[in-house]
Amino acid sequence: MSGSDPKTEIIETDLLVIGGGTGGPMAAIKAKEANPKLRVLVMEKANVKRSGAISMGMDGLNNAVVPGYATPEQYVKEITVANDGIVHQKAVMAYATGSFPMIQYLDKLGVKFEKDGSGEYNMRKVHHMGTYVLPMPEGHNVKKVLYRQLRRLQVAVTNRYMATRLLKGPDGAIAGAVGVNTRTGEFLVVRAKAVVLACGAAGRLGLPASGYMFGTYENAANCGDGYAMAYHAGAELANLECYQINPLIKDYNGPSCAYVTGPFGGFTANNKGDRFIECDYWSGQMMLEFWRELQSGNGPVYLKMDHLAEETISEIETILHTNERPSRGRFHERRGNDYRKRPVEMHISEIGFCSGHSASGVWVDETARTTIPGLYAVGDMASVPHNYMLGAFVNGGIAGADAAEYCAGVDLPAYDEGFLKAEQERVLAPTRRGDGLTPFEMEFKTRRLVNDYLEPPKVTAKMEIAQRRFAEIRDDLSELCARDPHELLRALEMQTILDCADMAAAASLYRTESRWGFYHLRVDHPETDNENWYCHTMLYKDEQGRMSHRKREIDPYVVPVEEEEMAAYHQLRVKTPVAAE
Amino acid sequence: MPIITQAKSAAVVVDEAKCIAEKGCTVCVDVCPLDILAIDEGRKKAYMKYDECWYCMPCEADCPTGAVKVNIPYLLR
Ligand code: SF4
Ligand code: SF4
Repeated sequence: MSGSDPKTEIIETDLLVIGGGTGGPMAAIKAKEANPKLRVLVMEKANVKRSGAISMGMDGLNNAVVPGYATPEQYVKEITVANDGIVHQKAVMAYATGSFPMIQYLDKLGVKFEKDGSGEYNMRKVHHMGTYVLPMPEGHNVKKVLYRQLRRLQVAVTNRYMATRLLKGPDGAIAGAVGVNTRTGEFLVVRAKAVVLACGAAGRLGLPASGYMFGTYENAANCGDGYAMAYHAGAELANLECYQINPLIKDYNGPSCAYVTGPFGGFTANNKGDRFIECDYWSGQMMLEFWRELQSGNGPVYLKMDHLAEETISEIETILHTNERPSRGRFHERRGNDYRKRPVEMHISEIGFCSGHSASGVWVDETARTTIPGLYAVGDMASVPHNYMLGAFVNGGIAGADAAEYCAGVDLPAYDEGFLKAEQERVLAPTRRGDGLTPFEMEFKTRRLVNDYLEPPKVTAKMEIAQRRFAEIRDDLSELCARDPHELLRALEMQTILDCADMAAAASLYRTESRWGFYHLRVDHPETDNENWYCHTMLYKDEQGRMSHRKREIDPYVVPVEEEEMAAYHQLRVKTPVAAE
Repeated sequence: MPIITQAKSAAVVVDEAKCIAEKGCTVCVDVCPLDILAIDEGRKKAYMKYDECWYCMPCEADCPTGAVKVNIPYLLR
C-alpha cells in the first residue's frame, strides 16, 4: 500500500448502523418504518447478504416468549435467576414484551418457524423453569428475508467497510464514524445524527484449543470491534468479567447442539453415559458443573443421542446439518462420528464476550441507549443478557425506532477534524512499514496469552501477568506491518482484540468475588459477596485515557424474585446420577 | 524484521472446470464473511487466498455452478 495521503470520502446520513448481521438490519428496518424519510445507512465489514452470527440461518429461537407457554414476567424472572440477579430487568422486560410481536413480524416477512397441525407454534422446553425454545427446521433463509426488507425500504448499504472509531460532536453527542475499505484501504467518513452499534460478539478473544485462529464459536469476523469503538468513544461497558464460555463440539468448536437435541431426548453425559446436570441450558452454573466433571476424571463429556430411535436421529441430523453451522455434518463424517453409534465429544470453549449467552456488554437501558447521547448498541455486544438471535432482532427494533425519534430532534453535529486526521494515521500506520511483525503473529500471541492467563478459574497473580504481557504487545504495535488492505483489516482487528483482552483482565480483577458459576470463578475470592458486589461493574475510559471502573446500582426489579427462587440455577447437578435409559 | 511466507493447505477447494469466474462471476468472493477468497487474475478462477476460513459455507451454498467445496481445515479435522 502506498504511503501517500489517504483517499477519503465524507458522506452524510441521519442514522448510521454499524454491522449488518442480525440486530443491525432490524434497527435499520424499524427506523425506516418509523420514518420513511429518514436517511439510513448500514456499514458492514463483510457483505450484508451473508454477514454475522446467522450467515447460514438459525435452527431455532432459544428465548421465545410465546403466550400460553410463558409470560414476560416468568421470562424476566428466569433470566434474573440465571444471571445471579445482576440484570437490568427493565431491559429484559422490554425484550420479553417485544418477543412475540417480533416473531409474528418475522413470520409475516417469511421466516419459517415450526408449527403444529393447527398452525400453532411448536414450543419446546430446555430452560430450567419455563418453555422458550421454538425450532426453525427451515430457518436457513433468515438473512435473505432481512436483505429483501432492507431493499424494499431503501436502506443504503456499504459492504466491506470496517468501522474503526466513532466520531463525537463538541457537546459529546455522537457525530458519526470512520470506516476503512477492507479491499482498497480508502476511508469513508459517515457523519450521522445517531449511530447504532451492532458489531456482534468478541468471539476471537481466546484461542481455540485446536490452535486454528478462525476456528471460533462466533463468526470469526465478530472480533469485538463494537466493544473497542464504544470504549474509545467513552461509553460504559458492563460486567465484562462475565465471560462467554460454551460447551461445544470438541475441535469443531460449534454448538452440538443440546437445545435442538434436548427436546428429542438427547442429553449431556459423562464418560459413563450418565447425566450429571439437570438442565442443558447454557449458564455459568452449567459450565461450572461441566468443568467439575472434567476435573473429576469423568470426562470427556459427551452429547448422547445413541439411545434415540432412528427416525428421531434423522430428524436431528436434518436440522443440525442444514442450518446455522451446516459443516457440522462434514466434520462428523470425517471423524466417523455417527449420532446412532457414538456420542459426540464436547469440550469447554475458549473465552469471549457475548451477551447472547452471558450478561456482559456495552451498557444499554431498555431503549437500547448507551451512556453516550445518540449512540445505541444492540445484539451480542449490548448488555441485555441471554439475548440470542431473537433478542438482537427485538432490541435492534427498539433501537431503530428510538433512534428515528432522536434524529428528529437534533441537527447533524460537527466533528473534530484533528481527531479524524489522527485516526487515519493510526489506521494506516501498519501500511507505512516495509517489514515488521505480521497481524497473524500478533493476534496469535495475544489470544494465546488470553488462554494462559485469563481463563477461569481466574487467579489474581496470573491476570496481573497478562496485563504486563498485553502492555508489551501494545509496545510492539509500533512494528505491526500490513502489506495490503486485507492485512490492514487483520491488523485493525488485532488491535481490537488486544483492547478486549485488556478489558477482560481489568474487569475480572475489579470484581473481587466469584459469581455466574464458571464465568467469573475467582480462586482468590471464591465466595459470592452480595454485600459488596450485588451491582453492575462498569468499565470506561476516563478523561486521562485510563481504563477505569465504577459500580452501578441495580435498578429496582420490575418482577420481584424470592430468595429461594434465586438459587434455582445453583442446583443443576444431578443428586444421584441416574443411569442412561 | 523481514517477513517470510509459508505454505498452507487450502481447505476450500474450487473445481476450475465448473467455476465461471471468467464470465464475471464473483459470488463466492462477495459473500465470504472473512473475505478470504479471490479470483486468480491469470487463470480467471476463484481460489482460497487466505487460511482464515470459518467453515460457514455461504461460498458453497451460493455458488451458481456448485464449484466450491468447503472442507474442514486440517487442524480441526
Ligand atoms: S461462485 Fe462459483 S462460479 Fe462464481 S467465482 Fe465462485 S467458484 Fe466460480
Ligand atoms: S466457508 Fe465461510 S469463511 Fe470459508 S471460504 Fe466459505 S464463506 Fe469464506
